[in-house]
Order: sequence, then C-alpha cells, then structure tokens
Amino acid sequence: MLAVNFLILAAVLFSIGVFGVIARRNAVMVLMSVELVLNSVMLNLVAFSQITDSIDGQLFALFVIAIAAAEVGVGLAMVLMVYRNRRSIALDELSEMKG
Amino acid sequence: MTTSITGAMLLAADGINIAMNVGFGIIAAIMVFAALSVVTTRNVVHGALWLVVVLGGVAAQYLLAGAEFVAISQVLVYIGAVMVLFLFGIMLTRAKIGADTDLNNSSWGLGIPVALLMLGVLVWAVIDAFGDTVITDRGPTPTVEISDAFLGPYLLPFLAISFVLLAAAVGAIVIARKD
Repeated sequence: MLAVNFLILAAVLFSIGVFGVIARRNAVMVLMSVELVLNSVMLNLVAFSQITDSIDGQLFALFVIAIAAAEVGVGLAMVLMVYRNRRSIALDELSEMKG
Repeated sequence: MTTSITGAMLLAADGINIAMNVGFGIIAAIMVFAALSVVTTRNVVHGALWLVVVLGGVAAQYLLAGAEFVAISQVLVYIGAVMVLFLFGIMLTRAKIGADTDLNNSSWGLGIPVALLMLGVLVWAVIDAFGDTVITDRGPTPTVEISDAFLGPYLLPFLAISFVLLAAAVGAIVIARKD
C-alpha cells in the first residue's frame, strides 16, 4: 500500500475542514469542522508511524485524541455560555470586541 | 515520479495487497462524501450524523494501517463521547428542527479558494516527499508496545495530558455552570 493514499486522504479531509471553519456561521458546526481537521492530522500521524516503522506516531495520535476531547468539552461549554447570554450562536453576531 | 503519482491515484496499482487498496478506496470515498456533507448540509443534526460516518471511516483506516488500539480509542472517545457532547450541544442551543437556511456566513464562498489552494499545496508537498514510499504490511501493532511506551519514555507527557484533561473537565463545568 502506498503511503500517499493515507496522506492525500488526510489532505482532502483537512481542506474540507478548513472550508467548514471559514464557511459556517453556527458555532457548533464550526467545532465539527475543527474535528474534521483534527482527525485528518491523526490520520497523518498514524500513516507516519507506518512509514517510519515506529509506534511514536500512534502515541501522538492518542495524545491528539485526548486533546480533542478536552477541546470539545471546553468549546461546547463556551458555546452554551454564549447561547445563554445572547440567545444565539451565530458567530458573525459576536462583534462587540470589534473596535 | 509521474508513474508513482498515477500509481497513487489508481488505488489498486503496484500489485501490493489489492484487497487492502480497494477497501481503502471505498472507505475513503465514503469518508470524503460524508465530510463534504458535514460542511454543506442545511440541517445541524444531519451534520452531526454525517460526522459520525467520517469518524467511523477514520477508525476503519486506522485498522487498515494496523493501528488497532488507536482505532478502538477513536470509536470509544469520538463516536462514543464526543458525538454525544455534540448532540447535547445542538439540543441545548435549540437548533432549528429541520432545514436551516442561514447556517453559512455571508462570505462563505471565500472558503472555496482557500480550501482548494491549501489542498493543492498539501497534495503537492505530500507527493513530492512520499510519492513512492510503500507501506509494508506488518500486521497489527501489539498493544504491549503502546503501554510500554506510555509508561516508559512518554510517562511525563502522559501525566501532563491527564492534568490537561482534568483541567478541561473542571473548566468546562465552571464555564457552563449556571449561577
């Protein structure tokens, strides 16, 4: 199996995730797109672990899983906080900090 | 170089474990379709369910790459826990039931050239660096090696990530608490 199979699939997923982060207005959908990006990076790490014939890449993938779980927990808590204060999670309405 | 590129595009090229390559291609096609659905659907709940398909596909690719422990962790943590969090988040923010027309920014079209540019650069870099690298199939990774690494050379990062998780859990409760 060629290594580029995994790496190109990861690149496609990464680009789709970046598009989602830019295009989406709903904060929960943006967090989902971030998950796409994180998963593509983990796919890369596992593929690199196969290429270099060591398990370090898999360990880093497990670290990324833990970080992603923490990120989603805090991110959704912040989204809930914003919703409670403003009754909306549309990201383009959060412009109070603009000068 | 060009032959290796075309070889990479034809999934069953090079005669190495054709069944594996075909399986990879099918799962990859499903994953790309589901990922596109995640970022284009008009229904938030459908987006979350398409994300489950992507995450399951990633777990299947880990199995193909011989990373079984990572695949199981992916299913447990992502499909089991993170998706439930997402669905709770959707419910608690009272997303519209059914289709929603204003899920996208007004300038969402800007994302297409950015994503395509990024895809082009990434694919070029990847093919340039690993164009003809062949992954030899070594079977599943023994879980003993992973545990030895976590409790050996990676012990300090392992403890650090435990504290990060604890801090994130406490922080999430503090942020979301009503008072």
